[in-house]
Amino acid sequence: MASTEKPAQEDMLVRYLIAAIVLAGAPLVVGAGLAFGDGSGDPAAVKNEDGKYYDKEGNPTYKVQSDGTVDWSTYSGFRRYHSDCHVCHGPDGEGSTYAPALSNSLKTINFPDFSNVVVNGRKNVNTAQESVMPSFGTNPNVMCYLDDIFVYLRARANDAIPRGRPQKHEDKPASVTKSENSCLGQPG
Amino acid sequence: MRNLLLTTCLGAVAAFAAGAANANEELIKMSQNPKDWVMPTGNYANQRYSQLKQITADNVGKLQVAWTFSTGVLRGHEGGPLVIGDVMYVHGPFPNPVYALDLKNESKILWKYEPKQDPNVIPVMCCDTVNRGLAYADGKIFLHQADTTLVALDAKTGKVVWQMKNGDPSKGETGTSAPMVIKDKVLIGISGGEFGVQCHMTAYDLKTGRRVWRGYSEGPDDQLLVDPEKTTELGKPIGKDSSLKTWQGDQWKIGGGCTWGWISYDPQLDLLYYGSGNPSTWNPKQRPGDNKWSMTIWARNPDTGVARWVYQMTPHDEWDYDGVNEMILADQNIGGTNRRILVHFDRNGFGYTLDRANGELLVAEKYDPTVNWATKVDMDKNSKTYGRPLVVPQYSTEHNGQDVNSKGICPAALGTKDEQPAAFSPDTGLFYVPTNHVCMDYEPFRVSYTAGQPYVGATLSMYPPPGKTNMGNFIAWDARTGKIVWSLPEQFSVWSGALATAGGVVFYGTLEGYLKAVDAKTGKELYKFKTPSGIIGNVTTYEQGGKQYIAILSGVGGWAGIGLAAGLTDPTAGLGAVGGYAALRNYTSLGGRLMVFALPGN
Repeated sequence: MASTEKPAQEDMLVRYLIAAIVLAGAPLVVGAGLAFGDGSGDPAAVKNEDGKYYDKEGNPTYKVQSDGTVDWSTYSGFRRYHSDCHVCHGPDGEGSTYAPALSNSLKTINFPDFSNVVVNGRKNVNTAQESVMPSFGTNPNVMCYLDDIFVYLRARANDAIPRGRPQKHEDKPASVTKSENSCLGQPG
Repeated sequence: MRNLLLTTCLGAVAAFAAGAANANEELIKMSQNPKDWVMPTGNYANQRYSQLKQITADNVGKLQVAWTFSTGVLRGHEGGPLVIGDVMYVHGPFPNPVYALDLKNESKILWKYEPKQDPNVIPVMCCDTVNRGLAYADGKIFLHQADTTLVALDAKTGKVVWQMKNGDPSKGETGTSAPMVIKDKVLIGISGGEFGVQCHMTAYDLKTGRRVWRGYSEGPDDQLLVDPEKTTELGKPIGKDSSLKTWQGDQWKIGGGCTWGWISYDPQLDLLYYGSGNPSTWNPKQRPGDNKWSMTIWARNPDTGVARWVYQMTPHDEWDYDGVNEMILADQNIGGTNRRILVHFDRNGFGYTLDRANGELLVAEKYDPTVNWATKVDMDKNSKTYGRPLVVPQYSTEHNGQDVNSKGICPAALGTKDEQPAAFSPDTGLFYVPTNHVCMDYEPFRVSYTAGQPYVGATLSMYPPPGKTNMGNFIAWDARTGKIVWSLPEQFSVWSGALATAGGVVFYGTLEGYLKAVDAKTGKELYKFKTPSGIIGNVTTYEQGGKQYIAILSGVGGWAGIGLAAGLTDPTAGLGAVGGYAALRNYTSLGGRLMVFALPGN
C-alpha cells in the first residue's frame, strides 16, 4: 500500500541527505576511507541497533564473526543484489562486460554517493561508452533494501566475505521483518 | 454449375492471395540461392545450412582472414549479417547502427543508418544491449531497434521508408530480436520478461508499417488470438479462457512470456513458429498456476495470427527456462514414417521433436545428461500428466518454497542452450547444437511490481556440474531418436549460432573468441582462429565473385558476458579454483568486429 510505503522511503532519503551533509564537511573521513580502501571510511562496527550494525560515522556496515557467520543485513544484501543488480553488475559484485565491479567501486564511493546513484541513476554516455544506471527510486525491491545491498557490497569491497553465498548468517531480527513489511506495503 | 461458380471464386481468392504473397515468393526464391544469406535464420526452416561446398572438410584447415570490419560499438554482438547480391548488411548492438557494404568494391560503405534513441533504454535491457539482426524483403531492410521501433530502410539508400513503435521502454519493453518477413508482413517479438511485460508477437504490413495483428502470450482468448475449439494442445482443444484460468487474479497483465527468439515458417502448412519466455516473476510461489501460455511453442497462421496449436514445455516455471529458442523445421523419417518435424532445444534441457502440422509430441529427451530438474517428459498418452515434465521435488523451487536455497539444479537459468541457434544438415540428418553446461542454486523470494523496474524475485549462483570443469559442449544430435551422437567439451558455454554446409563442415564460435570448424560426421576439429573478442554471433556463409566466404561477428557480451565475465561462483570455495571456474575476462575483452574468412588464392 502506497500510504505505508512512502513515508518509509522518504525517511530513508532524509537520512541519506543528512549523512551527505555530515560527510561533506569531514575531509578526514575521506582520507581515512582511502587508507581502508573503503569509500565510507573504517568499516568496523561500533554499534548494533536492532540487529543492524553501524560504523563510527553512523554508516551501515557489516559484522562477520570468526566462524564466517554474517549479520542479517549482509545476507539480505547478498540476496537482493543477486536479484536486481547482478544482471548488469555481475555475480558477487565482480562486474561484467556491461557494468562496473561494485566490489571495486565501493573502495572509493561513500554511502551517500552510493545511495544517490541508486536512487537517481546516472548516465555516462559518450563516444567511448554508453553506460546508464537506471533510477531505482521507485522500486521497493531495491529501496527497502538499500542499506543491505550497500552493506553486502561494502563487505565484498573490504574482502570481509568471499565470493558466493554467505554460508551462515544471524537470525532475521524481528524489527527487520516489521520495517520490511511496512516498506514493501505487504504482509510478510 | 455450382461447382463451376465455386471454382471461379476459389480461383479469384487464390489470385488475390498470390498478389499479397509476392514478397514471400521473392524471399523463398532468394533463400534458395546459396550465394546469398537473405534471412537472419538462413531460410524459413531455420536450418542454418548452406549448399556451398567450396570449403570442405579437406581444405578448411587452410582458411584465412579475407577482410574485417569494425561496427564501432563495444558491446555484445549477436546475430549475423545479411548478404544480397554484392551488398552485405551489417548491424550492431545499441545504438543499432546499420551498414551496407559494397562487396564488389573492397567493402566500401554504401550507406550507414544510425537511429537516435533515448539512452534510458539501456538499463531496461536485462542482459546487454544486444540485437540479433536484420531482415530483408521488397527492397527494404528491417531493423528492430532497442527502443522497440521497427524501421523499414530503403535497401539501396538507407533512407527511412516507414517506422512504427512496437512497445514502451519506460515499462521495460525493449527490442532485441531479429524481424522476420512472412508473406506481406513483418513479424517482431518483444523483450522484458524481467520487467513484468505482457509479451506478444506482432505483425506489421510490409509496405506501410500498419499493425495487422498482435497475439499475446497470456490473457483473454481475444488477446491470445486463439480459437478455444480449434486451437489444440497435444491434439485436444484448449477450451475457453485457457490462459486466464492458470493465473491468479489479473497477474497475467504482468505475466512475461516474452518473444525475443527466432521465428520459422512452413509455406506449405502456412504456419509460423516461435516460443514464449518465462512467466514474471522468477518467484514461482507468487504466481500460482500453470501460467499459460508462457514457456510455449506457438504455431500461428501468418495472415490472422490465430494459433493452430500450442505446447507448453515448462508449466509453472520455477527456474527461468524461457521457451524462446529457435524452432528448426525438417523432414525426417521416424519409425518408418516420413514426418514433417519441428525440432526445438529448450532452455529446460530437453530436445523436443514434434509433428509441426498438429503439434504431436514425438520425442523429448535430455540433450545434456546432467539435466536433473525433471526425470523425463511424460510420453504416455493415457497419463494425466501426458506431455508434462516430471519434476524432481528436490530441485523444485516451488516445492522447497520462498526464502529456501534450492541447490544443485541443472541446467542453470542460462539453460542447456539459450538463443544461440543450432544448425541442421540434411546430408548427415543431424542437428549441431551449441550448449551450456552449467548448474545453479536458486532462491526465490517475494517482490513487488513497479512499472519499468526489474521484477525478478530470485537469487541464483551458477557453476559447472559437479566433477566437471567445462561449462559448454558442442554436440551433434539425432532428433529422430533423441540421442547425442558426439559431444565436444568447451571451456565456456558455446554462445554462438552454428552453421552447417554441404562441404561437410560445421562452424561455431566460442566465448574466448575462436571461430572453429569441425567435421560434420565425426566432430573432429579441423580449424580454429582466435578473433579479437569473444563470439556470441551466428556464423554465416555466402559466395561472392566465385568465392565462398565465412563471416562471424566478434564482440563478447550478452548474458554470457555478464554471467561469465568474472567467472562463476565456486560452490565449494576453498577447495581451489580449477579451469572451469576461470574468468572469461582472463581470455578476452570487449570488441565489435565482423571477421570474414576464405581459402587462399583466387
